[in-house]
Parts: sequence; C-alpha cells; structure tokens
Amino acid sequence: MLGLLKREDLFACIQCGKCTGSCPEAGKTSLNIRVMVRKVLFGDWEDKEVPWFCSSCGACTIRCPRDIKPSEVVVGLRAQMVEEGEIPSSLYRALENTLVQKNPWGRSRNKRDAWTAEVGFEIPFIGEDTLETLLFTCCVQAYDPRCMVIPRNIAKVLHAAQVPFGILGRKEVCCGNEIRRVGEFGLFKQLMEENEANFERYQVSRIIALSPHCMNAFKNEYEGGDKKAVHYTQLLWELIQEGRLIFKGSYDKRVVYHDPCFLGKQNGIFDEPREVLKAIPGLQLMEFSRSRENSLCCEGGGGRMFLDVEMGERNGHKRVKEALALGAQVIATACPFCLLNLEDAAAVLDADIEVRDITEVLMEVL
Amino acid sequence: MNGSKRVLVIGGGIGGIQASLDLADGGVEVILVEREPSIGGRMIQTDRTFPTLDCSSCVLTPKMVEVSLHRRINLLSLSEVVEVIKEGGGFRVKIRKNPRYVDEEKCTSCGRCAQVCVLAGRIPKEFDEGMGRRGAIFLPFPQAVPQKYLIDPESCLKLKKGRCKKGPPCVDACEVGAINFDDKPRLLQYQVDAILIATGFDLFDPIGKPELGYGRYPEVITSLELERLMAPNGPTGGEIRLGDFHPRSFFFIQCVGSRDRTVGAPFCSRVCCMYTAKHAYIVKERVEGAVVYVSYIDVRAHGKGYEEFYRRLQDLGVYYLRGVPGEVYKDAKGLIVRVEDQFSAQVREVATDMVVLACGIRPRRGMEKFFSSLGIETDDYGFIKTDPMTPFKTNIPGVFACGVVTGPKDIPDSVASASCAALACVEYIS
Repeated sequence: MLGLLKREDLFACIQCGKCTGSCPEAGKTSLNIRVMVRKVLFGDWEDKEVPWFCSSCGACTIRCPRDIKPSEVVVGLRAQMVEEGEIPSSLYRALENTLVQKNPWGRSRNKRDAWTAEVGFEIPFIGEDTLETLLFTCCVQAYDPRCMVIPRNIAKVLHAAQVPFGILGRKEVCCGNEIRRVGEFGLFKQLMEENEANFERYQVSRIIALSPHCMNAFKNEYEGGDKKAVHYTQLLWELIQEGRLIFKGSYDKRVVYHDPCFLGKQNGIFDEPREVLKAIPGLQLMEFSRSRENSLCCEGGGGRMFLDVEMGERNGHKRVKEALALGAQVIATACPFCLLNLEDAAAVLDADIEVRDITEVLMEVL
Repeated sequence: MNGSKRVLVIGGGIGGIQASLDLADGGVEVILVEREPSIGGRMIQTDRTFPTLDCSSCVLTPKMVEVSLHRRINLLSLSEVVEVIKEGGGFRVKIRKNPRYVDEEKCTSCGRCAQVCVLAGRIPKEFDEGMGRRGAIFLPFPQAVPQKYLIDPESCLKLKKGRCKKGPPCVDACEVGAINFDDKPRLLQYQVDAILIATGFDLFDPIGKPELGYGRYPEVITSLELERLMAPNGPTGGEIRLGDFHPRSFFFIQCVGSRDRTVGAPFCSRVCCMYTAKHAYIVKERVEGAVVYVSYIDVRAHGKGYEEFYRRLQDLGVYYLRGVPGEVYKDAKGLIVRVEDQFSAQVREVATDMVVLACGIRPRRGMEKFFSSLGIETDDYGFIKTDPMTPFKTNIPGVFACGVVTGPKDIPDSVASASCAALACVEYIS
C-alpha cells in the first residue's frame, strides 16, 4: 500500500521526533515527517504537495530508533500520487523523459556518450575484449555540460594508471535511484532490468559509479544486490595507495569537503574522499561542523532536482556561508547534484569561493 | 549457623557490597572479588542519589569500610575469577590477583609516592572518567577501599622501560618500603558453596551515535562525566566546569543508547530519566541563572517519590521538551541542538554551552566469556536471564545474580535484589 511499506509497519512508531529533528527540510518547509508518519498510520494524510519536499537524504530512516523508515513513507505517498497521475508537471516530464530517452532531461539517448569526444583517446565499449570494469556515468554527468568533465577526468585517470575499463555508451540507461524515490516503481524496475541485463551480458565484475546515487541503487536497491559497485573516490584512493597516481605540482588551497548524503550517511563512505584530498600535495583540508554523518543535505536528491520548492534559506546557501566563515577557498564534493546545488548557491550569493568535484581538484596536480 | 559455608561474590559495587554484608552478617564466609583496585562500583562515582539527593559517598563509604573490616569477608581487589569448576555440591574457583606493585600490608596510604611520581597529573584518571588526572602510582579516589596505593603498569616508566630517573622517586619517598616492582599475578584457589554475580554495568559509548557530537566537541559529555564534575571528590571539587570554561546553559538528551534499535538496544535503561532529573536539579542549584533543557521521549518517573521530584524540577524552571534531538553541531552561536519541540510542533535550534548525554546501560564489558564458560544464559543484550518469580537465580544451580547484571536497576532496586540474592544463597547452602 505504501510502496515497500505497509500501514501496519507504522504502529511501532513512538513519535519520538528523531526523524523531524534530523530532517534538513523540517522547519524551513512544511514537511514534518513525524506528523506525516502519524497521519498515514491513521489514514488521514491528504496533502499532495508536502511529500515532494523530502530530499531523500535518509537521515530519518538511518536514525529512527524503531526502524520505521519514515523516508519510505514519503516514497509510498509519492507512489500513490504517481499511480493516480497527481504529480507536479515538471516531475511528470522527468518520468516521461526517462521512459523514452532513459534520462530525466529527455536528451537523446544517442548522445549519452557525447562526453567521450574530448578525452583524447578511444574509450572501449564494455563488450570488447575481456573488459570487466565498467565506468558508469550518471545522467547528469552524461548530459550536463558542467558535469561532463567528471567522467572525462576519471577516464583520463584510469587511462594514465593503466586500468582497463569500458563503458556502456548508448546502451547505458538511468540507474533509477531518483525514479524510485519519486515513487515510480514500475519505471525503476524497467531501468534496473535493462542495466542488470547489460551487466550480465558483458560480464561486468566491477562497476565504478561516478555518482553516489547510482552506486546506492546498484548496491542497495537492485535485485541482484550488486555489491560490485564502488564509488569513484574509493577507486582513486586505491590507486593512490598503490602508488599508481603520480602527482606533479601542488594545489595550495584551503579545501572544505562536503559529504554527499548518498555517499556518506547512507553508505558510510566518509574516509576515502578525504584521503584522496589529503594526498594532494599542498592541499589543506578543512571540515564543516556538520560533516560526515551530520552533513547538511544539498537538497538535490529524491527528485528535488526536477522540482522547485518554496522554502526558507536553501541549505546550499548555508553551506557556502559556513565555508566562507571557515576561510575555505574551495568546496569539494563527489556528487553531481551537490556540485550543481552548491555552485548555484555560490553564484547566487556572489561568493568568492570555488565549488569543485574531487576529480577536478585532482586533475590540477596530475 | 553456616560457619563452614562459603560464598564467592563477584563484583564490589553496591550490589556486591550489600550482598556480602548480608551474607557475612548471617554467618557465611564471603570471598568478594573486585576487578578494580577499589570496591564501590558505579555508585561511588556518583555525587548524589535520586530522588532524595543523599550524598552517595556518605551512604556508601561506611558500607565499604564495613566490608574491609568484616572478619568473615575476604576482599580481593584487582582480582578476576579465571576458572570455575563444579565440584561436589559446590565449586572450585581459581582467582587471579593482579599485581598492585604496592604491598597492601605495608602501605599506610600516606600519599608521598604519588606526589613525587614523575607522571603525576599526566594520566587520565579512570575513576573520573578521564576528566581528572593522576600519576603512575595513585590512589583510585580518596575513599578507596582497600585504602592502598597502586601502580599502573601501562604507564609506570620503571615497569615499562626498566628505569625512572635515579630511584625511582616513589621508592625513595616511601618510608615503609611498600613498593615492589617485582610483584607478580598470583593464582588463588578456593572451594565455595555458592556463587553470587554482581558485576554491574558500563555506560553506552555515545561514539556510537555520531550525530550527537560526542568525541568531537569537548562540551558534549556523558552523564557519568557530569557526575564526576559534580562530585566533591571529583576533578573540580564539585564545580561544574571544563577547565576554565563555566557553562551556564545545559541541554540534557535522554535515551542515548536506550530504546534504540540502531545501536541494538531496544530496551529502556530505567534510570536515565531520574538521574537526568537529579542532574538538572544540581545544575540549577549550583549554577546561578542556569538555563536547562531536558529532551525526552517519555518521562518514566515510576518509583517512590520520582514523579514528585520531576514536578519539583519543572517548578525550578527546567524546560522539559518532548522530542529526540536529531543532531548536535556548532555554529557562530556555539553548540546547537536541533530538535523538534513536539508540543509546539516547532523545530528549535537551541544554542547551549553544554550537552549532557544520558547514556544507557550495558552489561559490564568483558563478562561474556566468563558467563558462557559457566554456562550461564544471557539475553540478547548480555544481561543474565532470570525468571520473574526468582529474579536472583541464574539457570545454573548454586549461581545467583543481583543488581544490574540481570537488567537495568536503580540503587534501591539493586540493594533489594542484593539482599534477596544473599538470602537465596543462604537458603541454597543450608
């Protein structure tokens, strides 16, 4: 009835409020996740707007002392609205685009590998030879001009470190992580099956996910429970430890790292991105007060990239202001949604600070 | 009547002390084994008891002294039971007495050795939960029983590196020649008729709840650390401060590591509501104009006088706020507790000087192996299983248990269970 949840699963909620106290949207939007859980239990949740405010950071579910999974209640409500066709038009378009072109922006499927044009060498298709390592790009990285640099950078790093890898190219489809969170389970399943069939057909033994959202879907939500997926920061740290990346020059900047929710609090990958940054000569790593498990969500997850929500101050703005107060010159992150949201915040605030993907920082010294 | 009978009591906290005294007064010989250098357990670490606000030391110290003087109690401190073999109607037990490096017979507890120790004031003091400092040779706390100094082999330079200045200074200072660096563990054997387990508890380590900032912000402390700051025999002499920092606003977070499946502890620890109320009271009493928040899921004030005490707190102006804080972080205003105040449905970001985590109760670390070697059944969380009608009996005939080792209890309940268990022992061995 509620996606993966049943109403009966909510009886054990003791309304302790850990969820709302943890929610990055509580207080600034009208989403009160504790109240939502209660009302859904009694069957009297009516509102069609509030469920879309959740950014799927996962804090409520991770911290719930009774294992109620409040964020899944949100997904369940959304699923009902998707079923009934009562969803915001921008979201409807994103779903339709994903169905047709396999990416939420509706860009041509035939251009999914356009990012490979400027790397300067041939990137083989995963089906060739005996390639077993797949580089999987997020839809944002495949199509957004700002983010295309991330797959390019990683391809260059792998090439330089002589790690054989391939891509799915035009056969690659959206991982479905956000599609599932928007409540479109049918479409999610379709995407999962298409990707899993490819993983199977081309005997992929390791997937390097360029977005934490893709990694999360592969690891935690695909039926195959694909444990082979790693995030690119994990791979980079491996290569650095093996001495396979040679640094030239120095990156003499103060850098603060922003933990993406799907990499950090939802998948426990806190150290590898930091280790990579710390390994860069000259780089001075700083920490937000709200870091690691407490990282403040950029508000890009759970379909929020396709939807404008009225609210108080954006978390991205809070983040940029804190980074400035710390004296950081660069905010580094490892997720395309975080990158876009933080960079947008810096631009709106006209802040004298750079927002960079970790690969961009790394390329400065390779 | 039981002159020839003997009971091994394991653990010298309030439970083990009460049971030992009851047994010994009833004519039973008692071997009381305590792992730490002094008896007293958790209770002696606390400042006052709830809800009557009696001084813990004033209540407990006379009992500790009575234990040490009782002719039928053989107190073995720094000792651990290493083997228990069922033999005849009773048990043959092997006990390892760990070296104190100070002769208990000779030491007069004058304290000169500690004054001259080159490491004096440099090592975190266990009794003060690391809030205070000691040297390598030290008395665990002023009221320790036995009232004897000891050397910590982990830090002592002489024991670790073979030399410490010319001397070492402690040896020169000791007028009675009590210090013995050649002290070795000793294996003792006894025949006993029954065993009573009273090994008590540890607090949940809040590192397991990283969103609460413990270990990251020094102003986030545990309830037991606050006890040490409040206690007259603590590192600040009872003044609530961290070094030179005098907090004026306090946020108490309850149910940290209790009623929480994320840390494998769905049970209620039973004492945190009331010890937090006591803490809030003492803060209000000692810090003029203190602003005090207490966040809770439910206030469980179930004991005699507890609900009335809770009311007294509210009359003192303590903000009781229903809602579990999501996280603790820092901004320009200082420490921030982010919490939904449910009765106003407001998400509040409360600025505060100090956060105190009311940590839940866990069975004492390192007992699992011992319990399983004896075949004692424990529940999913490591507490000893008992039946409702015989809450002091384990599944092994002749092995009894009291206090928190069978489940969370406050002091009056621990004392009651200790006396019950002692009676059950007497009944068993008669």
